[in-house]
Amino acid sequence: MARGVVDARRGQPVTAPPLLTAEAVERVYRLGREVEVHALRGVSFTVDRGDYVAIMGSSGSGKSTLLNLLGALDRPTSGHVRYDGRDVADMGDPELAELRNRRIGFVFQSFHLLPRLTALDNVALPLVYRGGTPRSRRQAALEALTAVGLADRLDHRPGELSGGQQQRVAIARALVTDPALLLADEPTGNLDTTTGDDIMELLERLQVDHGTALVVITHEAQIARRADRTIELRDGLLVPEVPA
Amino acid sequence: MSAREAIRVALQALLSNRLRSALTTLGVLIGVMSVVLLVSIGQGARTEITGAIEGLGSNLLFVLPGDGDFGAGPTRSRFTTDDIERIDRQLPGELPRVAGSTVGAESLQADGQRFNATVQAVTAGYTSVLNRELGRGQPFSESDVVTSRRTAVLGATTAEELFAGQDPIGRQFSIAGIQFRVVGVLTRVGGEASPFGPDQDRTVLVPVTTGQRLFGTDRIDSIFVRASSTETIDVDRSTTERVLGERLDEDEFSVVSQDEIIGVVGDILSILTTVLGAIAGISLLVGGVGVSNIMLVSVSERTREIGLRKALGARTRDITVQFLLEAVALTVLGGIIGLGLGIGGAALVAAFAPVPAEVTWWSIALALGTSVGVGIVFGVLPARRAGQLDPVEALRRD
Ligand SMILES: Nc1ncnc2c1ncn2[C@@H]1O[C@H](COP(=O)(O)OP(=O)(O)OP(=O)(O)O)[C@@H](O)[C@H]1O
Ligand SMILES: [Mg+2]
Repeated sequence: MARGVVDARRGQPVTAPPLLTAEAVERVYRLGREVEVHALRGVSFTVDRGDYVAIMGSSGSGKSTLLNLLGALDRPTSGHVRYDGRDVADMGDPELAELRNRRIGFVFQSFHLLPRLTALDNVALPLVYRGGTPRSRRQAALEALTAVGLADRLDHRPGELSGGQQQRVAIARALVTDPALLLADEPTGNLDTTTGDDIMELLERLQVDHGTALVVITHEAQIARRADRTIELRDGLLVPEVPA
Repeated sequence: MSAREAIRVALQALLSNRLRSALTTLGVLIGVMSVVLLVSIGQGARTEITGAIEGLGSNLLFVLPGDGDFGAGPTRSRFTTDDIERIDRQLPGELPRVAGSTVGAESLQADGQRFNATVQAVTAGYTSVLNRELGRGQPFSESDVVTSRRTAVLGATTAEELFAGQDPIGRQFSIAGIQFRVVGVLTRVGGEASPFGPDQDRTVLVPVTTGQRLFGTDRIDSIFVRASSTETIDVDRSTTERVLGERLDEDEFSVVSQDEIIGVVGDILSILTTVLGAIAGISLLVGGVGVSNIMLVSVSERTREIGLRKALGARTRDITVQFLLEAVALTVLGGIIGLGLGIGGAALVAAFAPVPAEVTWWSIALALGTSVGVGIVFGVLPARRAGQLDPVEALRRD
């Protein structure tokens, strides 16, 4: 499905709204009565189907804040985040949950696997929230783990896996729902350089093979160079985009 | 998330923390167990005591000292054997229709066997008026009463204790050191002592004159009147009241029917059962607070898990239901084990303690119902807290 839409974007007149738009997004954190932190101060950009976007910026520039808004985990203080033209602010809790479940895959810096569950069960976790038989869930999880090269680690628990392997499990979990968008917040931040490169290669391969849009926060210029676009944040504002 | 899935996840979470789950469920377990046990005892007492009263026959009137207010303290009786004869003469039909009894506790002895029994000094008509059957021998006669003979009719247990296995008829034994001869043995009625009457199998009946001399009194504690039929019971009651009224003040006696006694006794025992159940309910409440407490700890420990589940597509409702199910699973587990122990305990009490116990279906339903209820009531706060966690905040937690 995603692939078909990519073709639409390239070829025909653009009538379908973009996958994701951020319009003048602001996010203000209130700390107590007086103190306010303006983490984002009006950010606008678009992510289309199949895009590969890198987000860069110094620490505290608002990258994670932005990614949480894009992932519908948080709501902007003002401005709009739209999926397929629909404003996230108009969605209730069940709709937001469904959006996260069906359209978005998250990959975190610290993996966020459930330690009690096996790799297979961790990967199958998102499917629990969309019905289907346990057997079909296991099958889908098995395929996702095979795709990330961990078919031989199904019954291992996170504690029995290396950091790189844990991140692969997390990527399989993001992948298993066949999302339109992968959001990764410093996915290589807890890994050594070689392992980190492997993980990025894996994410990029999935982006190409599945036509999944990929938005990744990174500190490494080398990674950013491989992206279609890089957007840079500085103090909650975009530095004008550098086309790839 | 499907219901089956939710239950599976809840059980998994409980099993991953076995010791904590077991300790938490212990509070509910003890609560349910004590509710079932105490209610069973209350219920057993009720069944047994009302059964014992009913066993006396339905057309019986009881004449008791005092104005019939059970709330007031015990009143000294002013009845005499004379009253019994005067009532009996006024009632139509075959005699005797009226009997009396005065009760004391004494130590019995036969062939070196000692036994403490309830000694009842009764009129000759006692066994026939109260429908007591003799397994062997004879009740004592009118002449035994007139001449204060030292004859006795033994309750079944008393006979066994004094003359294990041997035929007691004609044998001698002593009450408080005075020799008596056994003339009859009552058939076993079963049942136990209660605050409302002696164990009918652990008694000794002696002629009223002999007994009064033994106790040093000329009074009768209570008088029993057998109505000839259910229809005439009210006529017999007014006859009895008229005869006694000639000699005694209105507030010195009261005539009550068996139904009235069962009603009053039943009310008292219902209150007793309710109070026992409520006391046990308090421990259930404490167990519930424990569940609430542990669930709050669990929610705070698993904040990151909750954030993650939300990021992966869990609705607020899914999370709330998951934690609520965990709480209910804890309390239901405690409820089922507690119920089992309560039923077992009631069986032990019934078998080995002089207290009756009877498990009723409604105490089982009550126990299971309240354990589910306790889980919901005490789980809802932690579960809502879990469901309403902000996913971004929850994921940041370490
Ligand atoms: N929950 C919060 N409450 C208050 N302030 C916050 C919160 N989250 C972020 N901030 C503030 O918002 C600003 C942006 O934070 P953010 O986490 O988005 O930065 P970042 O670009 O991801 O940094 P890093 O590279 O260190 O991860 C920072 O000043 C931070 O202190
Ligand atoms: Mg960050």
